[in-house]
Amino acid sequence: MADLTWKDMEIGNIVTTPGSAQSYCTGDWRSDRPSKVFEDCIKCGMCWLYCPEAAIIRKEDGMYDFDLFYCKGCGICAEECPKKCISMAEEEEV
Amino acid sequence: MAKKIGLEGSLAISEAVKLSNTDVVAAYPITPQTHIVESLAEMVANGELDAEYVPVESEHSAMSVCLGSSATGARTFTATASQGLELMHEVLYVASSMRLPIVMAVANRALSAPLSVWGDHSDVMAVRDVGWIQVFAENAQEAHDLVLWAFRVGEDPDALLPVMLNIDGFNLSHVTEPVLLNEQADVDKFLPVNRYPLPLHPDKPVTMGAFGPPFIYTEAKKAQEVAFSKSKDVIMKGWDEFEQVFGRKYSPIETYKTDDAETLLLTMGSLSETASLAVDNMRDQGKKVGLLRIRLWRPFPFTELRKAVANTKVLVVLDRCLSIGGPGGPVASEIRSALYDQEKRPKVVSLIGGLGGRDVTPTDFEYMVNRGVEIAEKGSDAEYEMIGVRE
Repeated sequence: MADLTWKDMEIGNIVTTPGSAQSYCTGDWRSDRPSKVFEDCIKCGMCWLYCPEAAIIRKEDGMYDFDLFYCKGCGICAEECPKKCISMAEEEEV
Repeated sequence: MAKKIGLEGSLAISEAVKLSNTDVVAAYPITPQTHIVESLAEMVANGELDAEYVPVESEHSAMSVCLGSSATGARTFTATASQGLELMHEVLYVASSMRLPIVMAVANRALSAPLSVWGDHSDVMAVRDVGWIQVFAENAQEAHDLVLWAFRVGEDPDALLPVMLNIDGFNLSHVTEPVLLNEQADVDKFLPVNRYPLPLHPDKPVTMGAFGPPFIYTEAKKAQEVAFSKSKDVIMKGWDEFEQVFGRKYSPIETYKTDDAETLLLTMGSLSETASLAVDNMRDQGKKVGLLRIRLWRPFPFTELRKAVANTKVLVVLDRCLSIGGPGGPVASEIRSALYDQEKRPKVVSLIGGLGGRDVTPTDFEYMVNRGVEIAEKGSDAEYEMIGVRE
């Protein structure tokens, strides 16, 4: 997308492909990155329930993990986890 | 044959909106524009106009409804004035950037404070940069005609831009004049149905008004700017075709007795008819005076203006708007910029008058010509001068 010129713009900047927001990476807004100790997780789903961005994925075995493509690093999951097995650490420059 | 009847300026506009088979009108009443939307509401209620009339709670909502309706490809009209136009301000940018061909009449009125319902151009000058095509009508006939032209130009696939039609509050909106009411058959010949290329429709979902991060915003603005500049061709074609169908000719700038004129008055809107009386008087006295009237304000007609003033010594610009702390009235400032690079150019004198409904008489215009020549000869420290102020 970053190499689009002004001549490529649709009239009124209309986006003709539905659902294109899915391809927008909001993960790079993150300044704090979540991580978790999976052994301590009781699969209660509180992180999944509280995440405002639906960036917690429930895997087939019932375990919850982070979708770092969308996760903005707000830290609500870490705050709400009853087992305190999620922690936030500052992102490092890549 | 078109019928000539006595018609108030406001009604000349609403009759044209009816002739245009407008689909949606969303508006909030505000003086001196009220008669336009009031009569449209009546036409819809009486079944004379098959349109959706959306009464809203504010002008901000009026313009927002217009965005939605125009996005579906519906022919959309609204009208406002003064504070109402300022309340719409942020939505006006959205309409032009999204390339929605809404047509809006503005019955120009002063801005508070002090509270004034009377006419001047303060309201429209605050929305110069919103990316709408903007024209000023001189009389009721022109207002009637320009509505049809506005839909024709705005909806043209090569333009797709909103159009603002300015009429002077009261001096034009509330004055009854003889108007040739256009025939439906002629209008249908001139104005095709709206064919917006990418309308909102469930069968073909699109996203309108998506956000533009830094990597694309500049490109989006460039695309809009190029489209706006190109609209000049559509505008001229629209006036050519109008003349072919209706026999009346319109142009970006109108000239009156300018051929050998050494001093030119420049006005916009209905005051030009008054100014022309002053020009006649001064011509009788042997003075070489002429008159220019800007009809097309955006896109600004640079070429036509430069040509019109090429042999003039003094150009006296009357602004009905004060740009406090600025380089002159808004119109005069733009004209100075437009002429700056010209090898041969007139001295541009910026005078401010006709504020908040203050009458400007032919005598006032004669004073302006004399004062303009005086300033041009002797010079002045001030960038502009307010006229008709009691000391």
